[in-house]
Amino acid sequence: MAFDSLEAFITMGGHGPYVWSCYFVFFALSLVLIQWSRVHRRFVLRTLARGYAEPDTAGTSRASADFARVDTSDH
Amino acid sequence: MWQIFHKLGSPKWFYGIASRLMPWLLWVGVALFIAGVIWGLAFAPPERLQGNSYRIIYIHVPAAFLAQSVYVMMAVAAVVTLVWRMKLADVFVKSVAPIGALLTFLALFTGAVWGKPTWGTWWVWDARLTSMLILMLLYAGAIALGRAIQDEKSSARAVAVLVLVGVVNIPIIQYSVEWWNTLHQPSTFKLTEKPKMASEMWVPLLMAILGLYMLFGWLACLRMQTEVLVREGRTRWVKELIQQGGTR
Repeated sequence: MAFDSLEAFITMGGHGPYVWSCYFVFFALSLVLIQWSRVHRRFVLRTLARGYAEPDTAGTSRASADFARVDTSDH
Repeated sequence: MWQIFHKLGSPKWFYGIASRLMPWLLWVGVALFIAGVIWGLAFAPPERLQGNSYRIIYIHVPAAFLAQSVYVMMAVAAVVTLVWRMKLADVFVKSVAPIGALLTFLALFTGAVWGKPTWGTWWVWDARLTSMLILMLLYAGAIALGRAIQDEKSSARAVAVLVLVGVVNIPIIQYSVEWWNTLHQPSTFKLTEKPKMASEMWVPLLMAILGLYMLFGWLACLRMQTEVLVREGRTRWVKELIQQGGTR
C-alpha cells in the first residue's frame, strides 16, 4: 500500500478531488452507455417478439403504410 | 481464407460466435481492469514530480489509447464496407462509434482535470489536445451522418467515406508530441522500447489497457448483436432465435 491511512488515500496529498472526480466521471458515463445499450437491446427483442406473436397486426400495419405511400404518390 | 471472410460477413454466424465470446470478454475484462485500477490507485508508488495526481493515468491512457485504436478499427471496417460491401462492417462502424466518442470525451476530460494540478491549466490549444478534440468531432460526425441518412446502403457508404477521410488525424495525434513542442508529455508506451517508468507503475497500466480493450470488445459485440437483430428482424433465423429464447 502506497498510503499510511485511509484518510491519506482519500485526500491523495491534496490531489484527491482531481483524481476522484476523474474516476467518478469515467465509471458513471461508462455505466450509462452500457446500461443504455442493454435497455435498447431489450426493447428491440421485445418489439420483435411481439411482432412474431401477432402476425396479423404486423401485416395490417404494413399494408396501411403501403396504401398511404401509393395514395400520396399518385396525386 | 475466403471462406472465413464470407463466414465473417454472415450476421447469423457472427451472432453465434459473439454470444460465446461475450461472457469471457466481460468477466476477464472486468477482472483485469479493476485489478489494474486498484493496483494503480492504492499500491503503485507516487510519482516523483507529480505526486498522486498521476494516478489519473490509469484511466486516462487506456481511454485515449482505445479512442484512437477504435477509430483505426472503424477505418478498416470502412474499407471493407466500400470495397466488399459487407453489411457487418457497417454494423460494426455504427455500433462502435458512440463507444469511441465516449472514450475520446473521457480522455479529454481526465486529461483536463489532470492538467490543472500539473500544468496549472485545464486546457491549452496545443497539438495533442486539439487533434484529440478533432477526433471527438469526427466520431460525432460519423454518428450524426449515419442517423441522418435513412437508406441503409447510402448511409453505410457516406459514413465509410467520412471515417476514411478522418483517419489522417490518427498519425497527427500519435506524433503530435514529437513533431511539435507541446505541453503534453511523450507516449508512456512504445512498441520498440522499454517503458521509462518503474514496473510497479506500468504493469497495472498495461492491465487496465488490456481490460478496457476486452470490455470494449464485449460492449461492441452487444451493440452489434442488437443492430443485427434490427436489420435481420424479418429473417427466419432471427425469428427462430427469439422464439426459442436464445437471446439472453
